[in-house]
Amino acid sequence: MSVDILMPALSPTMEEGTLAKWLVKEGDTIKAGDVIAEIETDKATMEVEAVDEGVIEALLIAAGSENVKVNTPIARLSGEDSAAPSAPAVAAEAATAAAPVSTAVAPIAAASSFADPEIPAGTPMKKITVRDALRDAMAEEMRRDDRVFLMGEEVAQYQGAYKVSRDLLQEFGARRVIDTPITEHGFAGMGVGAAMAGLKPIVEFMTWNFAMQAIDHIINSAAKTLYMSGGQIKSSIVFRGPNGAASRVGAQHSQDYAAWYGNVPGLKVIAPYDAADAKGLLKAAIRDPNPIVFLEHEMMYGVEFDIPDVEDYVVPIGKAKVRREGTDVTLVAYSRMVGFCLKAAEELAAQGISAEVVDLRTIRPMDHATILESVKKTNRLVTAEEGWGPMGVGAEIVARITEHGFDYLDAPPLRVCQEDVPLPYAANLEALSLPSVDKIVAAAKKVCYR
Amino acid sequence: MARTRKGEASEGKASDTGVNAFVGKDELLKFYQSMLLIRRFEERAGQLYGMGLIGGFCHLYIGQEAIAVGMQSIQQTGDQIITGYRDHGHMLAAGMDPREVMAELTGRAGGSSRGKGGSMHMFDIATGFYGGHGIVGAQVSLGTGLALANSYKGNGNVSYAYMGDGAANQGQVYESFNMAQLWKLPVVYVVENNQYAMGTSVERSASETAFHKRGVSFRIPGEEVDGMDIVAVREAGARATEHARSGQGPYILEMKTYRYRGHSMSDPAKYRTKEEVDEVKHTRDPIDHIKERLAKVGVTEDDLKGIDAEVKRIVAEAAEFARTSPEPDPSELYTDVYLEAAQ
Repeated sequence: MSVDILMPALSPTMEEGTLAKWLVKEGDTIKAGDVIAEIETDKATMEVEAVDEGVIEALLIAAGSENVKVNTPIARLSGEDSAAPSAPAVAAEAATAAAPVSTAVAPIAAASSFADPEIPAGTPMKKITVRDALRDAMAEEMRRDDRVFLMGEEVAQYQGAYKVSRDLLQEFGARRVIDTPITEHGFAGMGVGAAMAGLKPIVEFMTWNFAMQAIDHIINSAAKTLYMSGGQIKSSIVFRGPNGAASRVGAQHSQDYAAWYGNVPGLKVIAPYDAADAKGLLKAAIRDPNPIVFLEHEMMYGVEFDIPDVEDYVVPIGKAKVRREGTDVTLVAYSRMVGFCLKAAEELAAQGISAEVVDLRTIRPMDHATILESVKKTNRLVTAEEGWGPMGVGAEIVARITEHGFDYLDAPPLRVCQEDVPLPYAANLEALSLPSVDKIVAAAKKVCYR
Repeated sequence: MARTRKGEASEGKASDTGVNAFVGKDELLKFYQSMLLIRRFEERAGQLYGMGLIGGFCHLYIGQEAIAVGMQSIQQTGDQIITGYRDHGHMLAAGMDPREVMAELTGRAGGSSRGKGGSMHMFDIATGFYGGHGIVGAQVSLGTGLALANSYKGNGNVSYAYMGDGAANQGQVYESFNMAQLWKLPVVYVVENNQYAMGTSVERSASETAFHKRGVSFRIPGEEVDGMDIVAVREAGARATEHARSGQGPYILEMKTYRYRGHSMSDPAKYRTKEEVDEVKHTRDPIDHIKERLAKVGVTEDDLKGIDAEVKRIVAEAAEFARTSPEPDPSELYTDVYLEAAQ
């Protein structure tokens, strides 16, 4: 009996990859644990090990094939000692010919289709991922200012747990790109201390979830010391890393901290959506004399956007941005949820509702004036965030708009949030728990009484 | 005073503390089966991950099997185990149903946390397994707290707090060490030193790479153990347990081991050479090692075939259960957030 070897998923977010190289050929006998192929994902080149033993009957996908979908049969194995009974899904009878390989898969398209009013017409643009935009921001600021350095777990030799610091060690050396042990509380405090002494550290947390180990230094040491010292002690420091839910990494690795840090005077809190904002706002954050919490999103790292191809692209902190104009309802979001709102706006348009999408970009200080201007036009408000609702960013937006624009509201505002539970691991419960385009559409229709 | 579980046969020698750590043929066969179960289970977990049936992060225990199985063999009923996110091996060694562990990995209703925890967050009070924790180092304070409860209740139980070489650098580990010794808490700290904290070797992350000495300034005794040799693990475990259970306080065991796979499924492990990994696989493999011990007491490869087949069957059954168990009911989304307060 033959079994198919399938294209494996090699990371939580991988959907397809390049079959870079075969390390076996047809007719070879393999056993469990043998490395049979190399696969490139968006993050790394990985070796694929055989799980079953047998003889390679056929290689179904040629080396060098790109965009091979996860679970596509890539080789056929014959052998009586296969694990067929235990894993029927992988041990499907190879009766059919090789599955055709999709060769024309479009890259993940950014939802933004709206010309950016801040970028003058005719500005040259280039495509770049959010990951590389962040990297370029750090590299440019490190070239510009010797006081700027990066420290964190796996930022140097490993090139970043999510490859955001790729090549920085090579360019700037170990003095300025520093691998730390797994000691968040310690290195966050050291970062603040170095900032107090006049350096400009960028402290990377592998995820913001791990920064809970270090939150005392972010709040008690970084945010409050300027005030407590009567303006003497400054901490120009950027704490950055991925925030929010990735993909099925469970409750302890999937939390949105925007509301937590947004609560603290002394901090500035930034949560960009696209590559241009990621780059422009990170550069602004590094230059800013205050402690900055910079919230990225793992699910956005690999997404490509157009970005102005200009020298020194800096975006001011504290200004929201209208990403789509509309007249019936205002959707306000930050980070990944902006993309969800843009998609929701498209669906709403198809149903005759014109939605305006406001990208908050900065959580603190919050630009409620831009939201208010939008609400004056639409008279209806929906907020979207990955965090929990109670005491959340949406709650703050609603409070401010109620305070400053009560007379402009024609319906009670609604908040779309994560359900009020720790994020579950099971695929179906996770999907139920997180905000979705559908939930945003439903909320928008409700405030429009539709 | 021999308070640990008694070995089933009389070969081997007693450890120098007088604790009965005898390992005979029957016990070796049992250990072999447990270790092989972990290995085959983890290989299958890797496969299910590749098929998209397991999501998120998935950290495999392959290479470290002798530690969980050897330490488990000296525990008493009521003792507790707690570890980080490389937890599947510990759960199997503790005696959890492989079907429930695998179904938790696939996020199904039949999983030990009913699909709500996943690979890194699993628990089983019945076997004394307190997790399964996703935040590096957190389990060390928690494990010390389990020991505080044992001391408070005077129940004679010991808590086993496992950590990797990476976690051993976290600050809360040392805060816990200090209090554990100060209050003579019955806790055994087991550092599973597999040489790499994700992609960072111990030489690049630790100013003192001898983790068993990390308790010196707190006056906590420690010893280095060959974590690839289950008999060495068991003997050292017995000494540490005796120390903790008899009221002398914490003890540190540094298990020298190696993980064969990447840190998690998405780690290409470019920070070490293939030759280095192969060298360990071919010269220090814990399962090969126990096979050699079995050969010395007259057990042949042929004799092991029955165990191999049994393990294969258990793993196949676990995978099938994990694949076919239904997803949790949507109503589970809002359960387990709070308990009802007593009226």
